[in-house]
Amino acid sequence: MSITSPDGGITIEPDPGKGASFFRKLTTATDWKTGLVIPALAVFTALVIGAVIIMLTGSSLAETLDAYKALLQGSVGSLRAISQTLTEATPLIFTGLAVALAFRAGLFNIGGEGQLLMGGMLAVLAGFTFTGLPWFIHLPLAIVAGAIGGAIWGFIPGYLKAKTGAHEVIVTIMMNYIAYRLVDYLLKTSLFQREGRNDPISKNIEDSAQLPALLQWLDPAATVHLGLFLAIGAAIFIWWLLFRTNTGFEFRAVGANPSAARYAGMSVTKVYVLVMTIAGALAGLAGTGQVLGLLDRASPGFSAGLGFDGIAVALLGRSNPIGVVAAAVLFGGLNAGGQYMQANADVGIDLISVIQALIIIFVAAPALISAIYRVRINTQSTQISKGWGA
Amino acid sequence: MSSTFEKPPVESYEAKEKRTRALNASQIRRARVTGIVMLLLAAVVVVLFLPNVEGVATFGLSLPAETIQLDPLEVPVQPALWMLALALGFLGASQFYRGFQHKSTMILGISFGLFTVAMMVWATAGQEFNLESMLVATVSRCTPIALGALSGILCERSGVVNIGIEGMLLGGAFTGVVMGSLLGGWVGLLSATIVGGILALLLAVLAINFRVDQIIIGVVLNILVLGLTSFLTSQLLVENPEWNDAPIFPSIPIPILSDIPIIGQMFFNQTIIVYGMFVLVGLVTFLLFRTRWGLRTRSVGENPRAADSLGISVAKVRYISVIFGGMVGGFAGAWFTLGTVGRFDENITAGTGFIGLAAMIFGAWNPIGAFGAALIFGFSESLEQKFALLDIPIPTEFLAMAPYLVTIVVVAGLVGRARPPAADGQPYEKQ
Repeated sequence: MSITSPDGGITIEPDPGKGASFFRKLTTATDWKTGLVIPALAVFTALVIGAVIIMLTGSSLAETLDAYKALLQGSVGSLRAISQTLTEATPLIFTGLAVALAFRAGLFNIGGEGQLLMGGMLAVLAGFTFTGLPWFIHLPLAIVAGAIGGAIWGFIPGYLKAKTGAHEVIVTIMMNYIAYRLVDYLLKTSLFQREGRNDPISKNIEDSAQLPALLQWLDPAATVHLGLFLAIGAAIFIWWLLFRTNTGFEFRAVGANPSAARYAGMSVTKVYVLVMTIAGALAGLAGTGQVLGLLDRASPGFSAGLGFDGIAVALLGRSNPIGVVAAAVLFGGLNAGGQYMQANADVGIDLISVIQALIIIFVAAPALISAIYRVRINTQSTQISKGWGA
Repeated sequence: MSSTFEKPPVESYEAKEKRTRALNASQIRRARVTGIVMLLLAAVVVVLFLPNVEGVATFGLSLPAETIQLDPLEVPVQPALWMLALALGFLGASQFYRGFQHKSTMILGISFGLFTVAMMVWATAGQEFNLESMLVATVSRCTPIALGALSGILCERSGVVNIGIEGMLLGGAFTGVVMGSLLGGWVGLLSATIVGGILALLLAVLAINFRVDQIIIGVVLNILVLGLTSFLTSQLLVENPEWNDAPIFPSIPIPILSDIPIIGQMFFNQTIIVYGMFVLVGLVTFLLFRTRWGLRTRSVGENPRAADSLGISVAKVRYISVIFGGMVGGFAGAWFTLGTVGRFDENITAGTGFIGLAAMIFGAWNPIGAFGAALIFGFSESLEQKFALLDIPIPTEFLAMAPYLVTIVVVAGLVGRARPPAADGQPYEKQ
């Protein structure tokens, strides 16, 4: 049994009971077909359409197959490829969670970009300001700083939404633009800018603040870093928060029907502020992972659209934390493979965005998949957001 | 359904008074906050602007090509700034103590206007600044924002949320340049419009027939079009530069009207796309609020069930509005290529569609309101560009932030309660 809001907009999934299997407990998917068959067919169909697009731009069938071989090789074909896939997936898990958590409370967080940037900036600041600290103090300090940076950027829209009714979509969009400009400015101040440089680039972080690479003892070029485990840990924490705590129940209740939640004695104000703050912290950790694990510094636009990609990841993962991890790994693999494909098969990486967009369309509209493959599946379309909300 | 005809429950006297008092308290708090914002603006003028400027700020009021040349406006900086600071302080103090009630929005707008004037006078002190060319740029830059907002309004008034404005702009910009390069500007403009309509058709089919979450479709549309146009640019346009070299629409001066000082060049010497925007803002306002079609569209956006029971086809009304909206979005996209530079670069729209979305909400889902909001965004964009040329002591990044900050303040302070169409974003299932 699940509780569905009167307009059918949002369904609160039941807490899985005691007898539920481990897998079911993890995913809380109502039907294994909707959980696995649809995404698999969606990926396949998107790849076929992608191939058609490659051929329409003048490539032969053989060249197209070569491109897809490169895509596969670049994502899972070697240790380095798998490492690249997981490196790409790490920030997507965080930004995907930042969007998914907000969706659960009926909020649309488009502000992942800004939250990620501010988190990354504070993490970099903590990373190069303190010197001589041992890593087990310095690294946690930088991570917490990054989370706080993002949390502040998430708190503002949450607070304004709760207190004044200012729409979170418009405020988060504006906060993104403010963050872009603020980063451009900060990187030119003496606080951040590297000595002897005129272009906007920050100082390098200390070694003691670096997220250690995990596989460099096997392959020096393997970039996957400890941030991956932070991200998975965050996903488990958010799952626990949403489905195992009273606070999480309040989040979901407010998301389903704010008026009913208020009537039941919950503070909608508190939920909005809390959810956006946590979401901001998650996106901030995405930026933190990038600067402490991969880049070692900040430069303009280091968000690289990861905040927006988080929306797609959250949608594909159906706003379920475990689904978000799976979606992020899939997208990470496509990104990693796409880079390899661009370098080795001369097919632009932008095709990957097209394939990703098509995957989301098919996952969100299972009726399309059902019509193409004549499989009998639950064709209920996904409804996880609520328009502009109330 | 019978609940519609039930009498509302009678409110007790105490409950009513309590509610009124709570309402007043929140109004007073709101007035106080607004007043403080205005007083802060006055303080900024006195503390930051006044101490370190003197001399005269010169504002050019004519372009060299105009027939009637106005003398440049010479503003003595110190007295002008004092007067502006006093005016801001007076308005702020009155708002704080008394409150302008329903006129608060207007007064806050005027305050931001006065502050902007103060900033311009301060930045221009001892230098020269051509006001006229900035105003012409303002109207041009507001065009894609206003049209993007209009595209959103058409969809959302019928109850379909359109987050995909950005994608429609980008699709229009790309198609416009390719078709424009091959077959001429007019074909380019027409193709851009059609492609916008096709993208909207995708939105409509998925939203209306498949009842997919409309925000998902919008987001997907943006990713899809960005990916597709970037991919095609790198695969095709880089190798065939002649496909990415479209004619640019010239500015067409309207006889007599374009000779009017100041506003003549702003409104009556622009490209066909800008004129198209003026016409569409007026036309959509008329259609939505003065015709049977508009009444039906709005009723479907507010209460599809009721509209359906009166014999209106919800799906048909939504299809027409969404496709019309998409065509407006595609037309707007042509501004980026055919209206300005004549070539396409990856992600040339750079978030303008989202600014259009903000303008739509800012303007409370009303075409005229959205046009006003778009003018403000266009003004600040062109002001930022002008200020980059002047030698001023504050970083341009902060100026660039100003419109976004103002939007947040205004949305939070006053129009935060702007109400979207009631059925916006909800798929309709016929019973």
